[in-house]
Amino acid sequence: MSTIGYFVEQYVVLAGALFTLGCIGFLVRRNVLVQLMSIELMLNAVNLMLVAFNRQHSADLNGQVFAFFIIAVAAAEVAVGLAIVLAFYRLKSSVQSDEADQLRH
Amino acid sequence: MTVGNVFFVVASLVALFGALMTIASRSPIRSAVGLLITIVGIAALFLMLNAQFLAAIQLIVYAGAVVVLFVFVIMLLGPDAGDGEGTVVRARVARYGAGAFFLLLAAATAHLVSYAGLTPTRFKVAPPGHGSVEGIGTLLFNHMVIPFELATALLIVAVVGAIAVARGKPHVRRESKSASPTARMFHGPLMARDAQRPLPTKAERAAKAAGGV
Repeated sequence: MSTIGYFVEQYVVLAGALFTLGCIGFLVRRNVLVQLMSIELMLNAVNLMLVAFNRQHSADLNGQVFAFFIIAVAAAEVAVGLAIVLAFYRLKSSVQSDEADQLRH
Repeated sequence: MTVGNVFFVVASLVALFGALMTIASRSPIRSAVGLLITIVGIAALFLMLNAQFLAAIQLIVYAGAVVVLFVFVIMLLGPDAGDGEGTVVRARVARYGAGAFFLLLAAATAHLVSYAGLTPTRFKVAPPGHGSVEGIGTLLFNHMVIPFELATALLIVAVVGAIAVARGKPHVRRESKSASPTARMFHGPLMARDAQRPLPTKAERAAKAAGGV
């Protein structure tokens, strides 16, 4: 009786847990680097969900190609995001997100 | 328990452990290692879901490029990359409150879904070639050529934008109090004979700049 890992719901639960962890990390941490990593966690969870549903509806490969595009966009996002972190550090000598208050004052 | 069960359990536990390590570590380099562990675990799960090509892409792009980029930036920032000491208590309360609220929402959703009475759906047998490089390539270059080309344009624009943002303007750099030891070492006249000459006053410098152009 092999029950674990062969049902789509188990992947959905796992992806939900990973997404929740990423979202909590994004909300709770104030280090911009860790917040970017949390965004990566959420994107990975969504990728896992897309691939699991595509395995369920396996007539075509649209889900996997979607995950492929998400990976490409995530790579671009990280490159630009880390460049912004560097520019922010040059401005403030800090990577804490609550230091970014130029627009408030 | 078959090999597949053990594989799924181990891979998902590894992914969850890495995610916890990412969000809970004090040092950002440990967070980067946690992200790497999560990525490897998810690549293993992709293998189990007949997504061999995506597993390879995941390892190459995420583990090979994204995590390395993170580690580069952490190394570049040095000790400043860590957490500073929080000063505002209200902000901390707001952050942890938001996190707890989201956790509550997620738990409530899971609770509601578990009472929906859905029967678990077992994976159907995948058709041969599901997730192979040939299948994805055929789909990508027949039906999704335009999104694919747009993704390449996005990547090149992102690289140019990242360089433009990260390089900054050298003459705008302020004389900050926390100049690096190297900058302080080279501050002042380079030549010994220049130390004797009086420095031009601010008005003289302004006049020279105005008339010299």
